Amino acid sequence: MCLGLPGKLVEISDDKTFGIVDIAGTKREVSLMILPEEVELGDYVMVHVGFAISKMDEAQAEETLKAIMEYYDGDDIEIQG
Amino acid sequence: MEMISRFRDKDIVKLLLENIFKETETDKIYNIMEVCGTHTMSISRFGIRGLLPKNVRLISGPGCPVCVTSQGEIDMIFELLKYNDVIAAVYGDLMKVPGSDGRNLLDLKAEGKDIRVVISPLDVLKLKNEQKKGVVFISIGFETTNPATAGLIEVIVNQGLDGFYILTLNKTMPEIIDILLEDKELNVDGFLCPGHVSVMTGESLYLPIIKRNKAAVITGFEPVDILYSILDIIRQINCKNFFIKNNYGRVVNSIGNEKANGLVYKYFEPADSIWRGVGTIKNSGLKIREQYKYLDASERFGLHPSDKLEIDGCKCGEVLKGKILPNKCNLFGLMCTPENPVGPCMVSSEGACAAYYKYEI
Repeated sequence: MCLGLPGKLVEISDDKTFGIVDIAGTKREVSLMILPEEVELGDYVMVHVGFAISKMDEAQAEETLKAIMEYYDGDDIEIQG
Repeated sequence: MEMISRFRDKDIVKLLLENIFKETETDKIYNIMEVCGTHTMSISRFGIRGLLPKNVRLISGPGCPVCVTSQGEIDMIFELLKYNDVIAAVYGDLMKVPGSDGRNLLDLKAEGKDIRVVISPLDVLKLKNEQKKGVVFISIGFETTNPATAGLIEVIVNQGLDGFYILTLNKTMPEIIDILLEDKELNVDGFLCPGHVSVMTGESLYLPIIKRNKAAVITGFEPVDILYSILDIIRQINCKNFFIKNNYGRVVNSIGNEKANGLVYKYFEPADSIWRGVGTIKNSGLKIREQYKYLDASERFGLHPSDKLEIDGCKCGEVLKGKILPNKCNLFGLMCTPENPVGPCMVSSEGACAAYYKYEI
């Protein structure tokens, strides 16, 4: 029920209330009514029951991965950064 | 999407597991609860339980909105359709949930009742041409989903649409978290906090958890997300230093989604709500505000939930409170399977029993 899917905004209506997202190749209409952030074409949003609920932040994703990599102490595994 | 694939990277998974094994103290039991159905599903689907040290135990909590809806509340949907010739618009998860007489909404549909499955509340508006009959949206969900129902109401009100009603069975998380924290029998050391609920609430929802000296880590849904957060919880327990950590920063900010919450506040007020296996919890649900009562299906059609919490013999209530694993219910896998479910934890794709049945036996 709280499942969210990340979608790429490929269209935004003139009044900015609706968009079209591409979710893994499938195009879906999405409401931007409750999205707090400004968005533009190409942005990724988290989509839940037909509503964009949050703009996804690529830099934050990098931060998280970087924090995880601090656990890496140079053993024999290869991490592709 | 590359961002997602990196959170499924097997080398990072391996790295995290190595650290989990390294940092787990063998004389301790670590009880970690997830309170989100999507986490329940991810944990089972990725086989995470089996990868962890034996003394790191993952317990499923009341994280699936369909599952925590009491039997009496579910029966209201059947009562609505029994006595009224209306269209009921429901999320697909609800179709197989049995009413007290054992029949589900699929059975009612086969008998000719007009039930439509929607994937968004806004899909309900596509029934505009049939609204003379009366369209009732069965609204179920936690904080993640509640604003979407408020969004539907916003459109209905702004466009002055007639014939649309909402049956509000929505619930909120803080009160059930308090109940879990009060439970003397339930020994949980840390919580994997629900990622998409947190999008709406921000971090403050979890303050009561850390005040009780338990870990609270906001977590995404990929294997790397979950393992990283389990490692953080183990570290907090080992150091006895408890704080709210947000490991899902790519989607969740600290304050939550005020725009969405404002819309919920505009149309709803807190109300007592009945939870499966628990009973009535004060202010743990929502009801439509007085000003918009004309949209309230329970008022319009005179619907009242009975105090029936669950179906006889079904232990969903115990599963939801984290008291037992799904396979400790006598019905599990015998009388109760995803094809022929008795209780909602086996019905919903996010239910602990369904996840356990599908991936862990």
